[in-house]
Amino acid sequence: MASIDLKGVRKVYQGNVTAIHALDLSIADGELVVLVGPSGCGKSTLLRMIAGLETITDGTISIGEDVVNKKEPAERDIAMVFQNYALYPHMSVRQNLEYGLKNRGTPRDEIDRRVNEAARILEITPFLDRKPRQLSGGQRQRVAMGRAIVRQPKAFLFDEPLSNLDAKLRGQMRIEIRRLQRSLKTTSVYVTHDQLEAMTLADRLVVMNGGRIEQVGKPIELYDKPASLFVAGFIGSPPMNLLPIAALQAIAGGTMPNLPTGTDIVGIRPDEVVVGSGEGIALSGTVELIEPVGGESHLYVRVEGLDQTLILVQQGRASVGEADKVDFVLPLAALHGFNKESGLRVD
Amino acid sequence: MDTKRTVFPSQGLPYLLVAPQLIITIIFFIWPAGQAVKSSFEREDPFGLSTSFVGLLHYLRLFQEPDYLASVGRTALFALAVTIISMGLALVLAVAVNRLIRAGTAYSTMLLWPYAVSPVVAGILWWFIFNSSTGILPYMLEFFGLDWNHQLNGTHAMILIIVAASWKQISYNFLFFLAGLQSVPQSLNEAAAIDGAGPFKRFWTIVFPLLSPTTFFLMIVNLNYTMFDTFGVIDATTAGGPNQATNTLVYKVYTDGYIGLNLGSSSAQSVILMLFVIVLTVIQFRYVERRVQY
Amino acid sequence: MVENRPWLTFLTHFVLICGVVIVVFPVYIALIASTHGPTALSSGMMPLLPGAELWNNVVQVLTEQRRGVAPFWLMAWNSLWMAIIITVGKIAISIISAYAIVYFRFPGRVLAFWLIFITLMLPVEVRIIPTFAVVANLGMLNSYAGLTIPLIASATATFLFRQFFMTIPDEMMEAARVDGAGPLKFFRDILLPLSRTNIAALCVILFIYGWMQYLWPLLVTTDPKYYTLMMGVKRMAAVADADPQWNTIMAAVVMAMLPPVLIVIFMQRLFVKGLVETEK
Repeated sequence: MASIDLKGVRKVYQGNVTAIHALDLSIADGELVVLVGPSGCGKSTLLRMIAGLETITDGTISIGEDVVNKKEPAERDIAMVFQNYALYPHMSVRQNLEYGLKNRGTPRDEIDRRVNEAARILEITPFLDRKPRQLSGGQRQRVAMGRAIVRQPKAFLFDEPLSNLDAKLRGQMRIEIRRLQRSLKTTSVYVTHDQLEAMTLADRLVVMNGGRIEQVGKPIELYDKPASLFVAGFIGSPPMNLLPIAALQAIAGGTMPNLPTGTDIVGIRPDEVVVGSGEGIALSGTVELIEPVGGESHLYVRVEGLDQTLILVQQGRASVGEADKVDFVLPLAALHGFNKESGLRVD
Repeated sequence: MDTKRTVFPSQGLPYLLVAPQLIITIIFFIWPAGQAVKSSFEREDPFGLSTSFVGLLHYLRLFQEPDYLASVGRTALFALAVTIISMGLALVLAVAVNRLIRAGTAYSTMLLWPYAVSPVVAGILWWFIFNSSTGILPYMLEFFGLDWNHQLNGTHAMILIIVAASWKQISYNFLFFLAGLQSVPQSLNEAAAIDGAGPFKRFWTIVFPLLSPTTFFLMIVNLNYTMFDTFGVIDATTAGGPNQATNTLVYKVYTDGYIGLNLGSSSAQSVILMLFVIVLTVIQFRYVERRVQY
Repeated sequence: MVENRPWLTFLTHFVLICGVVIVVFPVYIALIASTHGPTALSSGMMPLLPGAELWNNVVQVLTEQRRGVAPFWLMAWNSLWMAIIITVGKIAISIISAYAIVYFRFPGRVLAFWLIFITLMLPVEVRIIPTFAVVANLGMLNSYAGLTIPLIASATATFLFRQFFMTIPDEMMEAARVDGAGPLKFFRDILLPLSRTNIAALCVILFIYGWMQYLWPLLVTTDPKYYTLMMGVKRMAAVADADPQWNTIMAAVVMAMLPPVLIVIFMQRLFVKGLVETEK
């Protein structure tokens, strides 16, 4: 059990490509922090730096009290779950689970106790003597988790562990990981590009972009108050509508409110748009396409004068049909203001 | 050139790991090759006491020596004949096996094992078959009024080594042609059949063009084989005779240098052969690189 | 099969049977010759059916002493050792150098790779004299070391292992490092077991390669104690025209080619894998 502290951490690759710009992050003991961002944002690199698989150009990483910059992965007392699981194909499940413990010289009876315990928790006891290739994707995933658990490390590092599973299994495993992490209370860093996974798993969410941290906070805080255009567009599905003020002013006319100075883009979540009339910026447009998702319907609306399609979410069935005209309102309370140049939120 | 994304941080270990291979390579490959190049520009006095630099003398002499020029032509003939015969037969057999579903494996086994017959043994086997006193082929050729004698007749001797060398190489070519054929998608064949192409037309218009990388690769390998690996075939049968009729370039390096102790000339011949292998290897690897991109 | 034409199937089998006959013919003749007595072969027409003298010929090959040739069993022993040492040696030094090149980054790494690559361009045949001189200067003539060590460097085996290592996911090594395995432990516990099939396939190919060696033993051995089978049968055959004992010579030839042939027949899958993959 330990906290993880990153201070001024930088990563520069050969040829002067900066993967991580000086970055600070503290992860509390027992916390599950999710690093999320598009591919190439540096989240995996950062995780691998914590693991000791990438060198650190600048700054310090400490796990618990120790600065681990110069330590081998094995000496950092962390365990990692890889995207492709990286199970040793020639070893049985039991041998896979034992390998790390054996290398540490753990006594035999302790190894057996821990392996059996982990197998029981993950319900893989029946497969202990099989080879990884005889297991299904979900079972392999559990073995990979088991390999981390038996070690009882200071921290778990997850590198997109669910992205090789199909959607249904992914949902199940997500819940299981959350439950497991809650009961073990092991500090965890979890990397994913899937914002839904990130939102549902994280105690705290770290949104990364271009080697920098965009915002850190509780998932709901990030959803409610995105600190930048990037976070606004990245968190939430379907994504927030981001509309330039200049174009809006031309079409919304009198209903356009006064916004704080510096605001030149407003954002609104698709489910906050109100179909019909009411308080707020009143717009109308043509429904291009309706996606009935089941519990809700997504409306893609083209508005004369805006060169982008707006997304509206209606609960239940759509009240209009495709090619119909639709009037709608952007309530003032639901608006997020951003400055285009800095990309930051304006309040 | 690639390594893994992460590598082990050790300093000395990798050097220890490559050391055995490199030491052997340097001592037994690179150093001797350098020596060959060096002595191809030098002349040693008859007592071996001193050497003097003679520039391109050995090379110039070589290209004026009728024996050497004849050997170049002979080697080319030999290499071409063996390549064409063994590749041709192998292709026919591979196409046939590829047509069969179950019986194919049994035929393959029967066709593959001669790979394990060494060139020397291949030479002896065919020497015995063509042997003028007890051999079975001269006996049969007599019916056609042909008096076979490869110990006196240079053409007969050349035919003998071509047959022996081709026979030995069929298995290898067969294996690679078969692998090439099996990687041609069956759907292409089916599409062509629906387009109305018969089996022979399909082979020449669809399968054979798709096989061209394999064919090209085998040509290079076969040239290499006939140049260098047939030493045993020749040494076990004609030993370069009669009257130089089967003295190929490699065999000549051996006889001039190891037997005749004519160091300068033999070295110059070695260097020329080295250049030849380098060219072949470069072509082969260029081609492999290209193939990887598919 | 796209269509079913009986005549085409017939033609296919006909072609294959002809092919098999061509391929088997010389060896069949050798086998037949090895089953007859000396008189049957010198009487003009060689018999085409087996005789009853095989056992006698084999016994004669194994027991008789020929001038200028070592006893058969000794040459077989030498060939066996030569093939085994070359096989083990090539695999051992190739797998560790491929390991260094793939799993480490060190100054001189690319140079090492190219030096190994160069061996492809320098077959023994083009450097006969100077290589002989090196071996002679090192005092390695007439020894197992001289017979084998200079043949142990191998670019093809190194490339094969390199190719194979590159297909192993990077995470395998990362997981092992997190699990506390250092470079040697990773090699022993993970890489070596994963390479099993490749090693086995290479064993088949390299054993055959070692067994077939002819020019090299011819150069570095003058003492019959170190003669190999390939040299021996060649020497026997060379005197055969003067002293026609084709029956025993063919018995010796058949015995000399048997081990690798049996390996190809019984380990066909590994043999094919080895041959195809080393050429990639």
